[in-house]
Amino acid sequence: MSSRDERVSLSVVADSAPVGLRLAGQGALLVASLALTCLGLTCVTFFIGRFIRADPVLAVVGDHATRDVYDKARLAMGLDKPVVEQYLIYLKKVLSGDFGHSVMTSQSVLSDLLRFFPATFELATIATIIAVVVGVPAGVAAGANRGRWPDHLVRIVSLFGYSMPVFWLGLVALFLLYGKLGWVAGPGRLDVGYDDIVTPVTGVILIDSAVAGEWDVFRNALSHLVLPASILGYIGLAYIARMTRSFMIDQMSQEYIVAARIKGRSEWGIVWAHAFPNVLVPLITVVGLAYASFLEGAILTETVFAWPGLGLYITQSLFNADMNAVLGGTLVVGVVFIGINLTCDFLYRLADPRLRAP
Amino acid sequence: MTEPPLLQVANLDVSFLQRGGGVTHAVRNVSFALGRERLAIVGESGSGKSTVGRAMLGLVPRPGVVTANRIAFDGIDLRSLSPRQWRQYRGRRISMVMQDPKYSLNPVKKIGAQIMETYSLHRRGGAGQARRHALEMLEAVRIRDPDLVFDAYPHQLSGGMGQRVMIAMMLIAEPDLLIADEPTSALDVTVQNQVLRILDDLVAQRGMALIFISHNLTIVSSFCDRVLVMYAGRIVEECDARHLHLARHPYTQALVAAAPEIDRPKAELLTVQRDPAWLT
Amino acid sequence: MTAGSRTIEPSGLVSVRRWLADEAPRSAAQAFFGKTWRGAMALSGNPAALAGFVIVVALALAALCAPWLAGGASPLTQDLAHRLAPPSSASWFGTDELGRDIYARTLFGARATLTIVALVAAIVAPIGLVVGTVAGYLGGWVDAVLMRITDIFLAFPRLILALAFAAALGPGLENAVIAIALTSWPSYARVARAETVTIARSDFIAAMVLLGAPTWRILLRHIAPLCLSSVIVRLTLDMAGIIITAAGLGFLGLGQQPPAPEWGAMVSSGRSVILDQWWVSTIPGIAIFLASLGFNLLGDGLRDLTDPKNL
Repeated sequence: MSSRDERVSLSVVADSAPVGLRLAGQGALLVASLALTCLGLTCVTFFIGRFIRADPVLAVVGDHATRDVYDKARLAMGLDKPVVEQYLIYLKKVLSGDFGHSVMTSQSVLSDLLRFFPATFELATIATIIAVVVGVPAGVAAGANRGRWPDHLVRIVSLFGYSMPVFWLGLVALFLLYGKLGWVAGPGRLDVGYDDIVTPVTGVILIDSAVAGEWDVFRNALSHLVLPASILGYIGLAYIARMTRSFMIDQMSQEYIVAARIKGRSEWGIVWAHAFPNVLVPLITVVGLAYASFLEGAILTETVFAWPGLGLYITQSLFNADMNAVLGGTLVVGVVFIGINLTCDFLYRLADPRLRAP
Repeated sequence: MTEPPLLQVANLDVSFLQRGGGVTHAVRNVSFALGRERLAIVGESGSGKSTVGRAMLGLVPRPGVVTANRIAFDGIDLRSLSPRQWRQYRGRRISMVMQDPKYSLNPVKKIGAQIMETYSLHRRGGAGQARRHALEMLEAVRIRDPDLVFDAYPHQLSGGMGQRVMIAMMLIAEPDLLIADEPTSALDVTVQNQVLRILDDLVAQRGMALIFISHNLTIVSSFCDRVLVMYAGRIVEECDARHLHLARHPYTQALVAAAPEIDRPKAELLTVQRDPAWLT
Repeated sequence: MTAGSRTIEPSGLVSVRRWLADEAPRSAAQAFFGKTWRGAMALSGNPAALAGFVIVVALALAALCAPWLAGGASPLTQDLAHRLAPPSSASWFGTDELGRDIYARTLFGARATLTIVALVAAIVAPIGLVVGTVAGYLGGWVDAVLMRITDIFLAFPRLILALAFAAALGPGLENAVIAIALTSWPSYARVARAETVTIARSDFIAAMVLLGAPTWRILLRHIAPLCLSSVIVRLTLDMAGIIITAAGLGFLGLGQQPPAPEWGAMVSSGRSVILDQWWVSTIPGIAIFLASLGFNLLGDGLRDLTDPKNL
């Protein structure tokens, strides 16, 4: 550490150049990481598809095919070629969006995925909003009131959220709030009567119906969305509240908090104007990670609520032994998941004050 | 000293309850009075000196329990202040400069905002007035480019500048008593003198009382009027800073003797030989 | 050993306690047992962790002693005359759609859960330790390659990959175990590597190298045992998630196959009758929740013990 006192004039100017370069370097690393990891994922899906599955040819031609048909199909599928070549062909197909055909829907897997994605997107987004709106203030309250009742309450609620299987919670909630109390609508995205009123533009019913002014449809869609989004949101808010609490506890034990107290700042001001801004960036990355996990968690939630999204598509394909669809869905969800995860990791490391100081 | 003392402490005790059930006495039976003068509290790590400083601001951390027969500041009993009343005192009448600006400044807020905050909390006037006063304070602590520093972030400042910003931040509301908790310990030696001189000037100009907490006897003897020496939570010596060489307690004598002198080199530096009798 | 304690202990116990609490152990065994005992004492002071421990033990007991605890009732016997019966004195948790006693099935279902948990732990801990310690100790390009692979696997979505694996491998308990293990091992490699990197710089490792000890011996006998505690804490915390993932796979029909009971599959089979016969799905779900909760509490307690920040 230099003992020269007038370093400010130098450092304010000199800082921006290295920071810009550092950002570019880190950004390049991120892109490389993303590419490598997604490549790894394609290796895994290729491996599962070719080698773990019993016999991919049989899956296409069926058990009763003759030897002739079997051999022809085998050649057509390129299974006689060396492994590496098969992988490269597979990779090329994947990169051009060819995931094969779905046995279940008789359409290309890609078009299926595009059709089912908006529902999952809607579910995950609303769930994230719920998780953040409830989880962040809860976590702040817990961290700032360590050892007192808000802390205990948040810890217990979080713990339960961590320990509950989402499919069971969904079922029980469906039974209680729909079956017994009738407070929310049942499984599915819309009641049967509302199905064809709004033409899908984005695929997100809430947006499409609001834009078209069909408020009945909007309300109906909302009543169907509320329960699955809340269930998923609860699991998410357990994670977000816990992380927020942990971040806040770290910050509240810092020296600058004591300094703020010395200045005479109120506790409320200290928590929100001093501690919380320091928590924001790691918090944003945590929210990103939670969003990514919702894309996964939606698989079971959609199954319970018959929600026509990617998750339901994958599990239905599973039941129909439609490996193309399962692997295609795995690849797409996997890539989005990896993308969000790595980007959040990258942002977190970028914002670490220990890396910021010159 | 014809006027009544500004700060009076009688029988201050601070204890921390341990998880296993034991009790740590960080401060035992400390009593002193302070006028508009400079008092030094000297001791090694763990002697309790910083805890005394924090107790004056009601900022002893949670498992600690503060008891005293008397803690009176300007006639007000500090033991019975509500959190709201404390907020009126802190920053405005009593303030503290902390040790390391790397940790005591909020890393995500600009310097100017942090200095203005103290002003806005205690004085009326809009943002414009607060900004003016903040810039004035930055000049008072001899920052050469106040405008630049005003918009800078803490990590962009060197240690010495950060500490000067800290001083500006804590003196802007013009407190009567300043507690300086090891204000130069985290600084390079060459910078320490600069910061001390600035502190010296400001304290003298404003007629503030100063409690200077340090482990450095040499700095303290030239900077302060009186010295309190603490050991294991107790005060073992109280004397004039000029008369340290006449100290009576063996611990103080050992500290004075252990300080190296450049014009009288010794073959072997003395270390303090601790006597368990000092703990009673 | 507090002065004034009134309990009278038989002299044998006193000497055992003294041996455990000895500040200067004279053998590796004494050090190990002493540390374990001190950890157990600290843990017992934490009520939440203690509750977790009790739950985990109860889980193990339910699995091991299921036949006796079920009072002779079989989880497989169908009684179609009494299907979907509500909880009563005859069958405490009611019967499912084939008339099987849910109480017995829940107890026996603990076996599937415990098997998965134990097998996954037995697979991922060694793999993680090996990869982590080798990467951390050897450094250089070995470290870079191994950690790249680990990072790639870490970034994968757990549930969906486990699903894809289990789907391709076919339904069954062993396949579910493999699928979960394949997606869980990376975090242990990370933990082990982090510990190894700090330990590898120690003087005693340098001494071993000077004595001519081969690398595998250093890793196995000296470094791995030191990483063990972090790995165990991580494992316990992850158990909760693994139980839930396994139940999810079971819910989708990919775990233990019928007619053997498995909690996730039991929840799934009760789905169609959830509105009227709520107990068929709800009760096995409570079992999953409790098991996961137990491991979470225990894991949190263990982590508080070993965390240097401590509270």
